[in-house]
Amino acid sequence: MATIEFNGKSFEIDEDGFLLDYNLYSEEWVEYVKSQEGIEEMSDEHWQVVKVLQDYYEKNGIAPMVRVLSKLTKFKLKHIYELFPSGPGKGACKMAGLPKPTGCV
Amino acid sequence: MAKHETPLLDQLETGPWPSFVSDLKQQAEVRAKNEKGVEFQIPQDCVDDLLGVLELSFKHGRTHWKHGGIVGVFGYGGGVIGRYCDQPQAFPGVEHFHTMRVNQPAGKFYKTDYLKSLTELWDFRGSGVTNMHGATGDIILLGTTTPQLEEVFWTLTHDMNQDLGGSGSNLRTPADCLGQSRCEYACYDTNALVYFLTNEYQDELHRPAFPYKFKFKLDGCPNCCVASIARSDMSFIGTWKDDIRIDQDAVNKYVENDPAYPANAGAHKGKDWGPFDIEKEVTGLCPTKCMKFENKKLFIDNANCTRCMHCINVMPRALKVGKETGCSILVGAKAPILDGAQMGSLLVPFVEVNPDNDYEAITEVIENVWDWWMEEGKNRERLGELIMRQGFQKLLEVTGIDPMPQHVAYPRTNPYIFWKEDEVTGGWERDVEEYRKHHQR
Repeated sequence: MATIEFNGKSFEIDEDGFLLDYNLYSEEWVEYVKSQEGIEEMSDEHWQVVKVLQDYYEKNGIAPMVRVLSKLTKFKLKHIYELFPSGPGKGACKMAGLPKPTGCV
Repeated sequence: MAKHETPLLDQLETGPWPSFVSDLKQQAEVRAKNEKGVEFQIPQDCVDDLLGVLELSFKHGRTHWKHGGIVGVFGYGGGVIGRYCDQPQAFPGVEHFHTMRVNQPAGKFYKTDYLKSLTELWDFRGSGVTNMHGATGDIILLGTTTPQLEEVFWTLTHDMNQDLGGSGSNLRTPADCLGQSRCEYACYDTNALVYFLTNEYQDELHRPAFPYKFKFKLDGCPNCCVASIARSDMSFIGTWKDDIRIDQDAVNKYVENDPAYPANAGAHKGKDWGPFDIEKEVTGLCPTKCMKFENKKLFIDNANCTRCMHCINVMPRALKVGKETGCSILVGAKAPILDGAQMGSLLVPFVEVNPDNDYEAITEVIENVWDWWMEEGKNRERLGELIMRQGFQKLLEVTGIDPMPQHVAYPRTNPYIFWKEDEVTGGWERDVEEYRKHHQR
């Protein structure tokens, strides 16, 4: 557990760099995370994935399955990896401020 | 001098079995002395701290690893199992202790050159501790830090031509028995097929796209030396469809108790079971009773043989699997969570194993099953559970396989039978008024 400061905001994160509290999400968080996740500039498509994940999480309380994310964004999995090199879980979910994926990962 | 006192672990250095504690202590000492002058990229005393935290768990009777962990390498969604110690102040050497899965070669045959370069890399960038191998088959590199993951991955791929294995909701690393490389029972080349499938489905292995995990295992014959029927969602088990080949002279050598022909290749030599008795040990134990031995000749009614392997296992020098070989495909095996353990159920009784057309007959079944499960499978629902939920009939439809008696151990005993509407004359649309014309209220 650690607290990081970025552009005047502070975020509490775990060892894997996931936000501990979804409510602390802000656009500065995305700016902070993108460099660690191998993303130079956030495109509209990046934001689209982030928004879809957040809407789904706010409505359902869980992250969507990979297939559902593909359907909602109309991006193939391959394209999601082009956008987020570490994938929908470690890359996109972390950036959207969602809780860390669990289970037999 | 060890960093931590380990009185409980020390007891596990006694006894005849190779002691993992002695091995870990040796590794801790090698790192402490560092005679090779390695520039360790993770704490030099990480193995001492591993022993320390394990001793603490022995004392407390509970684990000291935190929940979960999400780490990896760019481009992949799996392959690394993140792990953090929940006592990082006491054991800083294992504050990060991630596991990397490395895809093993078919049959786990190695050259020392390869293993040396792997251990050199792992001594430098990891703990030097491994698991040879994980239950799914991977080479397991146990314990490194997050910044080392990309470094290890770079060396594996660039210098060793070696990829990671699978983890997460995807195709896990396929594994096989050693097959035709050194077994006369192997009905197809498991090494070649496992290699083909691993390469063919790299994308499915590295980037989780499934509702849950999915495993392939390949056995050369029904002896199932890689336990595919119990440990894989899709199990490929070699078999044959013509006759068992009998060498009658060799059968008689067994019957005459020729020392060069011990039953079961001498597997029971540790105890005196008396002279070999073909009636008692072979023909009498045949599950379908399709064998007999008369006038110094062994007879097998192959039409009634279920190819259980027993007679071949007992008399390997006299009996051989048939020449028309292929494999059976069984699906749905899984451990208990959530709704109970399952072993594989027979889906395809016999399919050809043909490398010349890129195993077309097999990949077709795989891809049909995936299409169905990826669309219909619920979050974290194994294939075996989807089959229970939607029915074996549905599996047969999506794979285009006609139902046959071999698909069941016994027919259903309850009468809750679904019919399709077009199978029933008149369909489901009925008018109650029409019924009332014949039956008063």
